[in-house]
Amino acid sequence: MSQIPDLECRAISKNFDDFKAVKEVSFSVPQGTFFSILGPSGCGKTTLLRMIAGFQKPTSGDLLIKGNSVLEVPPNKRPVSMVFQHLALFPMMNIGANVGFGLRQRGVNKTDIKQQVERVLERVGLGGVADRPVASLSGGQKQRVAIARCMVLEPDVLLLDEPLGALDLKLREHMKIELKQLQSEFNTTFVYITHDQSEALVMSDQIAVMNHGVFEQLGTAKELYYEPSTAFVAGFVGEANRFAATVESVNGTDVQMITDQGKALRGVDAGQGVQRGDTVDVFVRPEAVRLSRDAAQTGQLGNGGAGKVENILFNGANSQLILRDQTSDAQMNIAMPQTGEFRDLARGDVVTYGWEPQQTRVYRSAGGQHGL
Amino acid sequence: MAGNLSKRGYTAARGGSMVSDKSKLTFWLLMAPLLIWLVTLIILPHVGMFLVSLREKVGVREYETSFANYQVFFNEPLYWNTFARTAYMSVTATALTLLIGFPIAYYIAKLTRGRTKTTLFLMCLIPFWVSELVRTFGWMILLRETGVFSNVLQYLGLVSGPVEMLYNDAAIMTGLVYTSMLFMVVPLVTTLDSLDDSLIEAGYDLGASSFAILREIVIPHAMPGIVSGCIVVFMLSLGNYLTPILLGGKDSLWFTGLIYSQFITRFNWELGSAFGFLLLGLSSLIVFVGLKLSGQSLTKTMGQA
Repeated sequence: MSQIPDLECRAISKNFDDFKAVKEVSFSVPQGTFFSILGPSGCGKTTLLRMIAGFQKPTSGDLLIKGNSVLEVPPNKRPVSMVFQHLALFPMMNIGANVGFGLRQRGVNKTDIKQQVERVLERVGLGGVADRPVASLSGGQKQRVAIARCMVLEPDVLLLDEPLGALDLKLREHMKIELKQLQSEFNTTFVYITHDQSEALVMSDQIAVMNHGVFEQLGTAKELYYEPSTAFVAGFVGEANRFAATVESVNGTDVQMITDQGKALRGVDAGQGVQRGDTVDVFVRPEAVRLSRDAAQTGQLGNGGAGKVENILFNGANSQLILRDQTSDAQMNIAMPQTGEFRDLARGDVVTYGWEPQQTRVYRSAGGQHGL
Repeated sequence: MAGNLSKRGYTAARGGSMVSDKSKLTFWLLMAPLLIWLVTLIILPHVGMFLVSLREKVGVREYETSFANYQVFFNEPLYWNTFARTAYMSVTATALTLLIGFPIAYYIAKLTRGRTKTTLFLMCLIPFWVSELVRTFGWMILLRETGVFSNVLQYLGLVSGPVEMLYNDAAIMTGLVYTSMLFMVVPLVTTLDSLDDSLIEAGYDLGASSFAILREIVIPHAMPGIVSGCIVVFMLSLGNYLTPILLGGKDSLWFTGLIYSQFITRFNWELGSAFGFLLLGLSSLIVFVGLKLSGQSLTKTMGQA
């Protein structure tokens, strides 16, 4: 795709007095992409989105939509639309008037508005509700009306500010799939911000993980999950066991370490070029750890040992095992295998566990800080 | 077993009725001050006044029941001209108060936070720490011939002699708007406060101009506050006695002034009562029309304020 990207940010920054909310963030979003910005609350993602929408002016940097700088364009003239966190549907208008609001501002004539409103409502699966009040809709339906209200204006970029946050869990799962479908149907560029990693992982083509005003990593869901490039991403996206360790020796990307609790580990350098003697953070995903009652099966994996079952957190398919390593006393979170072999596992049982060095990612620790 | 059950049911029912008796008693006790107030101070005097207004004096201590007092009102142009003028001036004062109060309320509710908000709100309240009489005298000191404004204008050389700014309609209007500002600002701030900022942002985001947002989002949302503020301000202006008399002087021609002179100067309680009832009818009518025009209901607007 050599086309001009729908949205491009060039070294965009925003300061509030002394506080730097967004620090020189650059990225571009090609046409038709579902782009997510994932980060904990207070990481600057909302500020970034509000700058794109035009509600806040960047301190420095440039913002381009379809190749044109929009820094001087007020929010009501920008070719972007936004779905607000609490949707911000106008309670004083019926559904049709809500969806037709933007068209009315453009001075489109009444019969055209009516047709276009009906067409877009049908596309989101809500035909024939135009005359009903907003309050008569369910949470998921309101969501779709909010999207229809933006999409009827055919914006270049649709911004979504954690719109699923207010919904209950079941509906949220459902809306994730629906949002993704709507996006591919309208083929509009979506910029979606969320603190919920599963929302970002399920829906996005591209995800940027944001922390303290900068993008830690930008990539596809798979890249973020399997090859997190920083310790923050490794800890924030997906579950992970985290150890603090000191590097004993380095051989290419192969790293030999000893944890603070005295356990020897082998892992791979996550691309930060760790050196002998460095203090590092080591991340292992709970589902990467294999469990066995037979020491011979896990012994040759490279890392591992024997552990005592301290607790079983039963949660159906996502059940977890909390294991206390018998030699180092380190605590491990392990995903419970669902094959039935460990169904009778009880608290206090001793099992062996192990994982491959390739599944062990090593990051230089930031300022010697340990623990999440 | 069955007997046991029914006995338990019986005690439960008894217990329930005792609770409801008690809560009924509490209800009436709590209502009592309000009811006493309404009956003795509002309903009884009005019934009395209505009966007085229907008496026609035919001789010394001889009265007949008739509508003669009301007839007097309609036959004397001065009376109904004053009546119409009072209504018209009160409506204008209400509209002016709304026009000035709305931006103030919007600023307080939407553009300020925390301490500034409280301070501004208190500043609206400060004039009410002194009595209405003192406040009105304040305006007289400013506006009279030898007053502050007149002197400043002369000092600046803009006028050659002293200027009298009191005793005209503009002075009355100024006084009325000033006196009722708080009663407009408070309900407006309350309703505007409850308007979610993201609705305004959503409006901009969808391409609306500031004016379109005001017209389509802010005003419809604030309508209950606007109407309740207008009702209060209108009634206060219509029933105001001090401000029109002091700032308007002899020619103020305010209907409450007429009522006062009938009762106090002329000892014509019959006509005064009739005037009182006409004023009550007028304010009810205008409030009713206002509610109908704005599509609001009294319960909704008063609940908001």
